[in-house]
Amino acid sequence: MPTSPLALIGIAATAWLAIGAAGLIRPRSLRAVRTLFPLGAVVAVAIAVIACVALALPPESTVLSLGLPDLPFHLRVDPLSAFFLVLLGSASAAISLFSAGYFRSGSGTAPGLICFQYHAFVAAMALVLIADDAYVFMVAWETMALASYFLVTTDHRIPQIRRAGFLYLLIAHVGAIAILLCFGVLQGGHGDYTFAAMRAIALPGWWGSAAFFLALMGFGAKAGLLPLHIWLPEAHPAAPSPVSALMSGVMLKTAIYGLLRVTFDLLGAQLWWWGAIALALGLLSALFGVIFAAAQTDMKRLLAYSSIENIGILVAALGLAILFKTNAKPLLAAIALAALLYHALNHAMFKSLLFLATGSVLHATKERSLGKLGGLIHRMPWVAWLALAGTLASAGLPPLNGFVSEWLLLQAFLFTPTLPQSFINMLVPLAAAALVLAVALAGYVMVKFYGVIFLGRPREPSLAYAHDAGRFERAGLVALAAACVLLGIFPATVLGAIDHVTAQLVGSAASGGDTSWLLLAPLGAERSSYSPLIVLGAIVGAVLITIQLVHRMWHGRVRRAPAWDCGFPLQTPRMQDTAEGFGQPIRQVFEPFFRIERHLPSPFDAKPRYSMNASDHWWQWLYLPIARAAEAVARLFGLIQRGRISVYLTYSFVTLLALLLFVL
Amino acid sequence: MTLTGLLFQMLQIVVALALAPLLIGWVNQCRAWLSNRSAPPLTLPYRTIRKLFTKDAVVADNASPIFRITPYIVFGAMCCAAAIVPSLATALPFARAADAIALVGLFALARVFIALAAMDIGTSFGSLGARREMFIGFLAEPALLMVLFTASLISGSTSLATIVDAFAHRELGIYPSLAFAGVAFTMVSLAENARIPIDNPATHLELTMIHEAMVLEYSARHLALLEWASWLKLFNYSCIGLALFVPFGIASGDDWTALATAALALVAKLAVGGALLALIETLSAKLRIFRAPEFLGTAFMLAVLAMLVNLLLGS
Repeated sequence: MPTSPLALIGIAATAWLAIGAAGLIRPRSLRAVRTLFPLGAVVAVAIAVIACVALALPPESTVLSLGLPDLPFHLRVDPLSAFFLVLLGSASAAISLFSAGYFRSGSGTAPGLICFQYHAFVAAMALVLIADDAYVFMVAWETMALASYFLVTTDHRIPQIRRAGFLYLLIAHVGAIAILLCFGVLQGGHGDYTFAAMRAIALPGWWGSAAFFLALMGFGAKAGLLPLHIWLPEAHPAAPSPVSALMSGVMLKTAIYGLLRVTFDLLGAQLWWWGAIALALGLLSALFGVIFAAAQTDMKRLLAYSSIENIGILVAALGLAILFKTNAKPLLAAIALAALLYHALNHAMFKSLLFLATGSVLHATKERSLGKLGGLIHRMPWVAWLALAGTLASAGLPPLNGFVSEWLLLQAFLFTPTLPQSFINMLVPLAAAALVLAVALAGYVMVKFYGVIFLGRPREPSLAYAHDAGRFERAGLVALAAACVLLGIFPATVLGAIDHVTAQLVGSAASGGDTSWLLLAPLGAERSSYSPLIVLGAIVGAVLITIQLVHRMWHGRVRRAPAWDCGFPLQTPRMQDTAEGFGQPIRQVFEPFFRIERHLPSPFDAKPRYSMNASDHWWQWLYLPIARAAEAVARLFGLIQRGRISVYLTYSFVTLLALLLFVL
Repeated sequence: MTLTGLLFQMLQIVVALALAPLLIGWVNQCRAWLSNRSAPPLTLPYRTIRKLFTKDAVVADNASPIFRITPYIVFGAMCCAAAIVPSLATALPFARAADAIALVGLFALARVFIALAAMDIGTSFGSLGARREMFIGFLAEPALLMVLFTASLISGSTSLATIVDAFAHRELGIYPSLAFAGVAFTMVSLAENARIPIDNPATHLELTMIHEAMVLEYSARHLALLEWASWLKLFNYSCIGLALFVPFGIASGDDWTALATAALALVAKLAVGGALLALIETLSAKLRIFRAPEFLGTAFMLAVLAMLVNLLLGS
C-alpha cells in the first residue's frame, strides 16, 4: 500500500480514468451513469484530502517509465500543485455529484460516453497539475483540451454548438502552440525538457521575457484573457451546465496554474515590467468582462463574461505579485499571491455554483434567455436560495468568500506606493480604481442575474410548471454553497494553507501579522483587520434581535394583498424590467466598449421592429482580419491546385530538377 | 477588550439609532426654512416610525421571503456600520472586525439586498428603482473607496479608528489631498443617500424616484425599518465624513468625560453638517439620471486626484 501523496494522487487519477472507461460498457444506460458519477465524486474528495495533506509536505517527485522510450514521465507534487489539486478535487466533487442527476439521454452524446469524456477531462487536469516535464505537461494539456472539446459539443447536432466547439478548439491550439514555444525557450538549448532542468537554467533577460510573454499568451488563451477571450462566451453556453462549471471553475484555473508555474517557479519572476504588463492586461480584461456581462441576455453568456472578469482580476494580482517580488518585497508579494490563490479557489466555488444553478433552471424551464425567466424562487426554492449564496459571493459582499480575496488584493494595492519605480507608483491609484470599478460592476451584474431569473413574476406562463432540482443536483449545489460560506468566514485557516504555496514561490508567508483563526490581519491589526465571523455574527444577531424586539413591542401581523399597481390596473409580467433594460444604463455609459448595431423602425412601418445588437469589437479588430488574411493566403495556394494528376506530376518533376540543380 | 470598551460600543450604537431620526428631522427643518415653508417638528421622524410600527404589514401576494427579510438585513447591516464608524470613540472592540473596506462592503450588502427586494414583487417601478440604485451604486462605490484609500495612505491604516487617531493628533496644516477627497466624499454622500441632485427624497413623481421607487411596496414595520436604516445610513456617512475631515473631539481612550465631550461635539458637528446639507440641497436642482455618471465621475476623478496629490506631495 503506497502512502506517498504523489502515488495516491496517481492512483486516484487512474481511478477516474477507470470510472470513465466503465461508462463505455453500456453507453446508453442512465443507471450506470447515476452510479459512476458519485464514484467519481468520491475519488475527487479523496484527491482533495490527499492534496490537503501534501500541501504541508516537502515536494516529492518520481519518474514513470511510460511514454516514448527516451522520454519517461516526470511527476511531482509540490505545494503549488497541491493547492490546485485541492481546488480541482473539491470543485469537481460537487460538480460530479450534480452531474449524476443532470445528464439524461437525449439527441446528443450518449450518457456513458459523456461519463468517459468527463472523467478523462478531470484526470487530464490532475495530470497537468502533477506534470514535471514539458512532454507530460503538453500531453495532459492536449488531452484536457480534446476531452473538453468533445464535452462542449455534446449537442453536436446543433450547428451553432459545432461552431462554438470549433472556435474553442482553434483558440486552444493557438494557445498550445504558444505554450510549446515557451517550453522551447525555457529549455535554453540544452534539450532537457524536465522542469528541474528549466529551473536550473538562468535565461538572459530577453529570452526570459520571450518565455514570459509566450506563457502569457498560451495560458491566457486558455484562461480567456483579452484579446483571446472570444471562445468563452461561445463555448460556455454551448456546453452542458456541469461542463461549463468544470471549465469555468477548474479548467481556467489550470491556465492560472501554468502561468504561476512558468513565471514564479521556472523563470523566477525576473523583470518588474512583466508585472506591470500583466497588471494592465488583467485590469483591462476585468473591466471588459464585467461591462459585457452587464449587457448579456443569455444567462450562461453572462456568467462566461463574468469569468473573463475574474480571470482578469487573477492576472492583475499576478502582475502585482511580480512587481513586489522583483522589488524584493516578499511579504507584499506573498499577500498579492495569496489574494490570487484565494480568489482562484473562491471563483471555482461560486462560479461552479452559479453555472450548476443555471443548469437546474435550464432543465426546469428549457430556457436560457433571461427575458423568458422570472419568479423561479417560488417554483425552485432550493436552487434559488443556494444560488443566492453564489450571487452574493460573486458580487464580492461580506461575509462571503468573494469579499476576502478582494480585501486582500486591495490591501496589496494600498502598499504599492512603496515601490521604487515612481512611474508605477503614479499608475497604481488608477489601477486600484479600475479594480474597484470592476468589483462594483460585478455587484450590478449579479443583481441583474439573480433578480431577473429568480425574482419578480414569471415572464412566461410555462414557468408555472418548473420543478425544483433533484436529489443529486441539490447535493452538489449545497456542497458548493457551503464552501462559499466556509471559505468566507474562516479566511485565516485557508490562508494558513496558502502560506505553504507563497513560501515556495516568493519565500514569505501571507498570514503573518496578527492573524488568528478569528481575525484576518496579515499586516498587523493596527494596519488593517477583518473578521468575517464576527461580522456575520453581528449581522445575524442584529437581525434576530430586531425581529424579536419589533414583534414583542408591537406585533407581527401580516396581510397579503395584490401588489400596488400605481393606479394602472393593466400590469402584466412583461412590463417588468427585462435583461436588456437592466443592462441599458451600462451600455449607454460604456458605449465605446461595444460595437452597437441598431435598427430603428420608421414611422410608416406596418409592423415596426426594433432590434439592437451589442457585440465585441475584437471580432472586427483582430479575428475577422486574420480570418480574411488566412482565406486570401489559402486562395493563393488554391491557384496551384488544379486537381489534375498531370499537373501534380509536373510539380514533382520541377521540384526534382530544382533539387538536382541545387545539389550539382 | 475591556468592559468599558464594550459599554462604549453599545452606547455608540444606541446613540446612532437615537440620533439618526433627529438628524433627518433637522435637515428637513432647515430645508423648510430655507425654502420659506413652515417647518415640520423636529420629532416628526420618531412619530413616523412609531406610527408605522403599530400598523399591519401589507405584503404583496407574490412576495418571496427575500422581500420580508430584507428590511431586517438592511437595518442590521446599518447597525453594524454604526458600530464600526468611530462617531463617539475610537477604542471600540468591534472596530477590529471590519475596516474601511469591509464597511464599504457592508453598505454594498445592504444595497444589493434592497435592490433584490425591489425586484421581487415584479412591478415596473420596483425594478426601475433597483436598476437605478445599482447604477448609482457602482459609480459611487469606487469613488468612496478612493476617498478612504487616500485617508489610509496618509495614516498608514485602513482601520477607521486608527485613521481617526492619526488625524486627530497631527499638527494643523494644509492637506491638499484631503481637500480633494473632501469634495469627492461630499458628492458621493449626496448620491449614496438619495439626496438632491441625484435623487429627491421628497418626490412623488414615480419616474424620477430611485430610493422611493424601491421601497414602494413596503408598508408598516418593514417600511419603518427601511426608513430608519436609510436615516442611519445618512448618519453613518456623516460620521465617516466627520471622522475623516474634522476628527476633533472624538474620544480616543476609555474615558467617560472624553465620551461626554465627544457626544456634545458630535451633536454640534452634525447640526452644522445637517444645515450645510440642507443648503446644498436647496441650492441645487435634481439631475437627469444620465447626468449622474458625470456627477459621480467627477467625484471619482477628484478622489483619484486626491490619491495622486498625496503620492506626489506626500501630504
